[in-house]
Amino acid sequence: MSIDLLTYLFIGGSFALYIGIAIWARAGSTKEFYVAGGGVHPIANGMATAADWMSAASFISLAGIISFVGRDGSAYLMGWTGGYVMLAMLLAPYLRKFGKFTVPDFVGDRYYSSTARMIAVLCTIVISFTYVAGQMRGVGIVFSRYLHVDVNTGVLLGMAIVFFYAVLGGMKGITYTQVAQYCVLILAFTVPAFFLSAQITGHFLPQIGLGATLGTGQSVLATLDSLSVELGFKAYTDGSKSTIDMVFFTVALMAGTAGLPHVIVRFFTVPRVKDARTSAGWALIFIAILYTSIPGVAGFGRVNLINTINGADNTGTTYTEMPSWFKNWETSGLIGWYDHNGDGKVQYAAGDAFEGSKPAFTEGAGEFGQRLVSNPKMEPAAVNGAPFANEVYVDRDIMVLANPEIANLPAWVIALVAAGAVAAALSTAAGLLLVISTAIAHDMMKKTINPNITDKQELLYARLAAVVSICIAGYFGINPPGFVAQVVALAFGLACASVFPVLLMGIFSKRMNTEGAVTGMLVGLVSTMAYIIYFKFMGGSPDDYFFGISPEGFGTVGMILNFASAFLVSSMTPAPSAEIQAIVENIRIPRGAGQAHAH
Amino acid sequence: MSLSPEKALAYWRANLRIIWTYLAIWFIASYGCGILFVDQLDTIQFFGFPLGFWFAQQGSIFIFVILIWAYVFSTNRLDEKYDVHE
Repeated sequence: MSIDLLTYLFIGGSFALYIGIAIWARAGSTKEFYVAGGGVHPIANGMATAADWMSAASFISLAGIISFVGRDGSAYLMGWTGGYVMLAMLLAPYLRKFGKFTVPDFVGDRYYSSTARMIAVLCTIVISFTYVAGQMRGVGIVFSRYLHVDVNTGVLLGMAIVFFYAVLGGMKGITYTQVAQYCVLILAFTVPAFFLSAQITGHFLPQIGLGATLGTGQSVLATLDSLSVELGFKAYTDGSKSTIDMVFFTVALMAGTAGLPHVIVRFFTVPRVKDARTSAGWALIFIAILYTSIPGVAGFGRVNLINTINGADNTGTTYTEMPSWFKNWETSGLIGWYDHNGDGKVQYAAGDAFEGSKPAFTEGAGEFGQRLVSNPKMEPAAVNGAPFANEVYVDRDIMVLANPEIANLPAWVIALVAAGAVAAALSTAAGLLLVISTAIAHDMMKKTINPNITDKQELLYARLAAVVSICIAGYFGINPPGFVAQVVALAFGLACASVFPVLLMGIFSKRMNTEGAVTGMLVGLVSTMAYIIYFKFMGGSPDDYFFGISPEGFGTVGMILNFASAFLVSSMTPAPSAEIQAIVENIRIPRGAGQAHAH
Repeated sequence: MSLSPEKALAYWRANLRIIWTYLAIWFIASYGCGILFVDQLDTIQFFGFPLGFWFAQQGSIFIFVILIWAYVFSTNRLDEKYDVHE
């Protein structure tokens, strides 16, 4: 069977499965819609959390990033898993004991203030929308490459599917769909990883394969180091980021992970406090299966990419003899080639091949059939002792998707990867949309604007909000802001600087009051946003970084400012009432979570 | 809630002790071995990996998983000891 037919079958089959589950598990009450009735088994919740968490960024982009930056990419691996340790020990069990539906619920009640609640709602909505835009884009990329439809049609198709199970099923539908999506995405990631690892090293597990010794007598990593240095890149296992920047960036990713509303809300769906801890443990196991495979996939992909493009004799491969994946991705605009030295061969090395790094394609084809570009590098030159000037642009995002093709794996593996990428993007999008609609229907409508609405009306508002959010998300998918990566840094920065500290203080400090919490959230939010906007969108120069901390890592500084200002202000204002202090004491004791649940 | 204030406080202190212990290991495995001392550890070879690189990209994640489960078992035992389990 052809790859196209197989891809249709795999993606179509998985969609049918998700829709079937959505119909089986549709929600009837607000409690089912928001927290799946609070009765999800910890293992199922762990899988759903893992699918919710592992987005298009984890599935599609992360291995690509590591493949290109080597050790510097470790911050993502540690940050996006280590955050779960903080979540399990510092937040999840206590928030579950508190027994409400949302993060703004906790902030509003614990700090007895609708101002605090509204700031939390604002943070939730900004963080979640930022995220959702990236997911829809991921779906679009996969559809346009594999189904040969327009990116826009792909996004619309994805919207329709998410609409169906998020709006109908609410949290209950999403949870059980995510369990299925986890199974699809983990198979789709590990199967090609096993193949790649076995093919290159003879070991099935990429976790072991990455340390294996090749036929040349060199280990995989040593080979990668020497290949990289030869072509003018830094050695793969060396870092280029400063230690302080690495630390701050990793903290921002960890605390950001622990403070992401769509992840936290998953822990409200289990029956007991004990289960909240256990499901964090399951979630991290399920996440670790993928995350520990990523470095292997990244390394093998890099070796394959360099060897395929530069050829066995390391002089480049004639364009007309390049394998079909190269041309397919060129058609999608994610690979570009300009024959700087006019030898008809494709050569890959360090340095930009195009002015401004990315190719700008024009109409028509060149003498070898390649796409024409309007911005070749003015004075192409070999850099850092590389044997030739770089002639290729390879988008990092294609590594995972192109890997099976580069390695000549069977057609069904390629189809499986496409289905997995779509599952990763859709499961995360659905979780985020639910959080947005809950924030609007529950925290804004019910708790702030009109407390008299009935359960049924609230459910209607939640569904309406989900519909509107899907449309906005779809708009961003079709007209992506040109700065998705920067905006994602903003989402983590905000979660780290605002949501995480306010929750932590609400649990661990009985003395923390409204004034302190509101000041802290605002200080964290404003300082982080200002820093990111100045350096990412207004062209601030990296030379002016505060202590060399990049905008991606500034959320950590925002968090420190948040803590400092919150404690300062609360020490000058009255302590919270005895009832509030009793609430804090109560959430610290596991027993009795069941009764606290209904609201 | 039949728990006396003294007992509740003792439970909370014991809980904090567990959290601090595990977070210390968490910090050493990730920030210590994976970032701060990564270059020194990289001089040691570990199953074909430079050790610092292994901690940063593999080892820290395995340790995180073990830590969460160790925490689950420790707190479950603590909850039963103080009779606050569900």
